[in-house]
Amino acid sequence: MSTLDIIFQQLVNGLILGSFYSLVALGYSMVYGIIKLLNFAHGDIYMVGSFVGLILLGLLSPFLGAGWAGILVAMIISMILVGLLGVFIQRIAYVPMLSAPRLSILITALAVSMVLYNFVMSMTSGEYKAFPVDLGYEGLEFGHVFITYTQIILVSSTALLMTVLHFFINKTMLGKAMRAISIDQDACRLMGINVNSIIALTFFVGSALACAAGVMAGVYYGSIHFFMGFLIGLKAFTAAVIGGIGSIPGAVLGGLILGLLESFGTQLPFIGSEWKDVFAFGILILLLLFKPTGLLGKTEIERM
Amino acid sequence: MLERNKKKLAQIYGFLAFIALALPVVANNYVLNTFSDVFFYVVVCLGLNIVVGYAGLLDLGYAAFFAVGAYTTAVLTSHFGVNFWLTIPCAIFFSAVSGVVIGGPTLRLRSDYLAIVTLGFGEIVRISARNLKITGGSGGIFGIDRPFFFGIEMKDNIHFYYAFLCLAFLAIFISHRLQYSRLGRAWQYVREDEDAAEAMGINRVRVKLAAYVIGAVFGGVAGCFFAVKMTAISPETFMFTQSLLILLGVIIGGRGKIPGVICGAFVLVLFPEIFRFVGDMRLLAFAIIMLILMLKRPQGLWPERLG
Repeated sequence: MSTLDIIFQQLVNGLILGSFYSLVALGYSMVYGIIKLLNFAHGDIYMVGSFVGLILLGLLSPFLGAGWAGILVAMIISMILVGLLGVFIQRIAYVPMLSAPRLSILITALAVSMVLYNFVMSMTSGEYKAFPVDLGYEGLEFGHVFITYTQIILVSSTALLMTVLHFFINKTMLGKAMRAISIDQDACRLMGINVNSIIALTFFVGSALACAAGVMAGVYYGSIHFFMGFLIGLKAFTAAVIGGIGSIPGAVLGGLILGLLESFGTQLPFIGSEWKDVFAFGILILLLLFKPTGLLGKTEIERM
Repeated sequence: MLERNKKKLAQIYGFLAFIALALPVVANNYVLNTFSDVFFYVVVCLGLNIVVGYAGLLDLGYAAFFAVGAYTTAVLTSHFGVNFWLTIPCAIFFSAVSGVVIGGPTLRLRSDYLAIVTLGFGEIVRISARNLKITGGSGGIFGIDRPFFFGIEMKDNIHFYYAFLCLAFLAIFISHRLQYSRLGRAWQYVREDEDAAEAMGINRVRVKLAAYVIGAVFGGVAGCFFAVKMTAISPETFMFTQSLLILLGVIIGGRGKIPGVICGAFVLVLFPEIFRFVGDMRLLAFAIIMLILMLKRPQGLWPERLG
């Protein structure tokens, strides 16, 4: 393979990885933008989403087959279910803590994350579970580079989800309310916006997107396990910070940049694939030190 | 009144210390081993308590410091044949340096960013330990030599029971002295109101860094003893869940209060031991209890009384 082929191949790998990161990063960024909470449980929601998708796929495949039709229906239903789970978590764990000190709410989020992954761990006895899909390996060939239809469909459905989100946030009343709350909650209350239900809606959307990413990751990698949320949660946070936390286009951009950096990073001399996580966290730490507002974030003035 | 309270407290502590010292007379190996674990967690929880409880900084990568100590001892004794007792000052040095390396640049960040950076750092240390040659890769280092204490080889549970008990006493003593020192009061001030503290002339970055470094040293020293007790360490010992466990010990008991943190360490070790029969579900039960505790008593079971 020529250098150009390698570059092209890594570009494809990076885009796929990056679109998973972006979808999860969106949830982080939206929740952070609205209530300034770093939702540690978000990575675990992605993991739970993947398992819900797996169960639904198992239930639906006798009727719809294990092809794209079955995956699509399973994904939509699991997005709704996991979105509701997100709202449920917000209602029982975060609403009572909103006025508590920052440290307490962070620890509550950690506890939620523990509950989720320990629950899945005891349900699956810590084993890897195979994702029962049957998609074949056909694809397009460009010189020496081979792209499967699965890869193309996954990236385009991510793009579709993001476009829908973009219109939802920028063109609808609910989206406008979300943007308003991230600026000033009290003023929103005075304007008659039901702040609590908008926050719940944010959790719903964020969790549904993470779930979509989880199902897609299951389809793409073929097997899932209970600890998969931890690393991607950390990476997605990195992505959100790269883009500027609280910024929605930033989360998408950050996810893609991180995905590409990681897949190209493995090609660099001295940085093998076993160092790629160190590479990603190194970027995070450097970025937080030198440009904590990220690429598209606004400078925040902290009021006392 | 206050004097009498103090006297009563001293009596209670003396009584507990006596029980701890006398326990090996009646206890079997299993109990001794469990209690050495308890004392080990007392030390690391008190170390993390300095960072989380006193200075109010959320550290999610504390296992990294513990790893630095354990690997320092393991590498120096196995590869270079250094005497165990000489590795302790080295471990103190390296863990303090790593405390400065992480703390120095990150302590200016907001608290939630700090949490994520420490988490990332913890993972960097673990992955490095897994990929470097000198740390034995993913297999870790095994066959670490037992130390000699005045000619006695430390190999039985009872030896490590007393070793960790001494460490725990030392940790309690140092924590206590620190809490009421000038530095301890500065930590409390920074925790309650950073801006006001700075206005009063406290250099908040330096004060926080001190908390970081002292906490790191506690973890490092505990790591040295952990390495020789286990005689084998591997990167998987220092996973994120380890950091989380230590943090839970601090939070359950009540951050910022020494008896609270000690209780937390006891709960941490004894709860899974007592509920062994529940099997896999005990971690889930633990997590749920933790969540309920956070919602109902965010300050912990036995918190510090302010005022």
